[in-house]
Amino acid sequence: MSEAVVWLTIFVLSVFVGIEVISKVSSTLHTPLMSGANAIHGIILLGAILVTGYAEDTVQLVIGLVAVVLATVNMVGGFVVTDRMLQMFTRKKPKPVKAEQNGAGL
Amino acid sequence: MSETPVWAQLVYLAAAVLFILALKGLSSPKHARMGNLLGAIGAVAAVVAVFFYADLDNIIAIVVAIAIGSAAGAVGARRVQMTQMPQLVALFNGVGGGAAALVALLELGNMTGAGEDPAGFALVATAFTIVIGSITFSGSVITFAKLQELMTSRPVVFPGLPIVFALGVIAAVVLSVLTVVEPMVTVGVVLSLLGLLIGVLLVLPVGGADVPIVISLLNAGTGLAVAASGYILENTVLLVGGTLVGASGTFLTLLMAAAMGRSVSNILFGALKGGSTLGAGVASDRPVRSGGPEDIAILLGYANRVIIVPGYGLAVAQAQHTLRELVDVLGERGIHVDYAIHPVAGRMPGHMNVLLAEAQVPYEQLKEMDDINAEFKQTDVVLVVGANDVVNPAAKTTPGAPIYGMPILNADEAQQVVFMKRSMRPGFAGIENELLFDPKTTLLFGDAKDSLGKLLSAVKAL
Repeated sequence: MSEAVVWLTIFVLSVFVGIEVISKVSSTLHTPLMSGANAIHGIILLGAILVTGYAEDTVQLVIGLVAVVLATVNMVGGFVVTDRMLQMFTRKKPKPVKAEQNGAGL
Repeated sequence: MSETPVWAQLVYLAAAVLFILALKGLSSPKHARMGNLLGAIGAVAAVVAVFFYADLDNIIAIVVAIAIGSAAGAVGARRVQMTQMPQLVALFNGVGGGAAALVALLELGNMTGAGEDPAGFALVATAFTIVIGSITFSGSVITFAKLQELMTSRPVVFPGLPIVFALGVIAAVVLSVLTVVEPMVTVGVVLSLLGLLIGVLLVLPVGGADVPIVISLLNAGTGLAVAASGYILENTVLLVGGTLVGASGTFLTLLMAAAMGRSVSNILFGALKGGSTLGAGVASDRPVRSGGPEDIAILLGYANRVIIVPGYGLAVAQAQHTLRELVDVLGERGIHVDYAIHPVAGRMPGHMNVLLAEAQVPYEQLKEMDDINAEFKQTDVVLVVGANDVVNPAAKTTPGAPIYGMPILNADEAQQVVFMKRSMRPGFAGIENELLFDPKTTLLFGDAKDSLGKLLSAVKAL
């Protein structure tokens, strides 16, 4: 198998996995899903680090560093904001917890 | 560039699996947070690994750049209000696309500078990443500006836009072919500028209500650009991560477009053909029946079954918490209350769910359109708060209406309908809602938070 075909294989299989894993998503979670997927493509940071690490002149270095900053904003911001949203979906009703605490204090 | 050692490739494989688990987890509220955490772990592991095997220069500068990006991203993510979520997602997506385009440009420089004969496929991927990355960058910036109301959210069309757009696309294709045949950095730079232009022209004609679909589409675009850059850099985790996002994003875009009863091309290019969601936008002076909070309180307080239809107006008024209190009080009176969430309620699909979750509404009470639509017939009162188009029967009855064909919540089938509105101005689609003039409809005018507060005290006093 030639190398290009190996890459093509990975690509095609990933397409199917990508569709399959979200095919049953409820519309309740569309916003966090978009935001989470958004964070995942922040992995371009890896590419930005590689090209910056091999930069040969100042122009390349500056462009590379800009790419690193942008990619990090994408990745870190994406995961943090998704977590913030999901935290609200998993939060338990506060009432019973409070009652217990009050009981313990008496 | 040094070869990727086997251990690092295994780390990448693990990261790719974690990304899949992350997306999988995001499909159910129970596992979503864990899923997102797994994705973050995968991303961090893959990024850390590269420092250990690649023989990198400029490491200090890179680490400083990462620190700056992390701080900016984290602060933005922590401070943003939930109502502003769509523009933040657009912005994060845009910078990711911009980064991909810059990476591809630098890589093009390396390919042409090294004196090697670069492989054709890699050049195709490079041209693709430059164009798509630039499009998603500028497109997302315009999307951000529209949602943040830095510019009008109405479709912007000028004469000749379709021609300029078409010429831009043709030029981009020609230059892409040129990049593959005769790679030159200057051509790559021009290509990225063309991409920026196409991105702007692509998003300008899209109306405010359709912007969310565009965010999703641009998100998918960035994913594919990242995937292509993975091929250029021969890096599996970029390829798999990018492709997962590209495929799931495309699928999600189609799902959302279906929820609005429109095709993606109609959303993107509808305004150019004059068939956009742009309506008249004028307030009607036809007679309606309006009531006071006490009247509505009696309707609600003695009902058996109530369904709430929340819209973006609710979020704008920051009235989610008051609404939840009202629902709690009704629940204590033994009334069965649910929220009916239209797939595109809010400014982004699923946005309303996030806004209500923030107000600590249990997600079991949030019912999707398909699950609740059959129940409106047995419902005593539907309370529509800050929504309009998603309950407009014109979507079913008036061929030619801008929203015709969009699936709607069947509020018109309930015994009584109560609209809480600021004014008689039509919704986003700019068309009149016949339901407002229906004999079984009562209107409560005023700011949503204010009205809900009065309604809450009136129900408590019953």
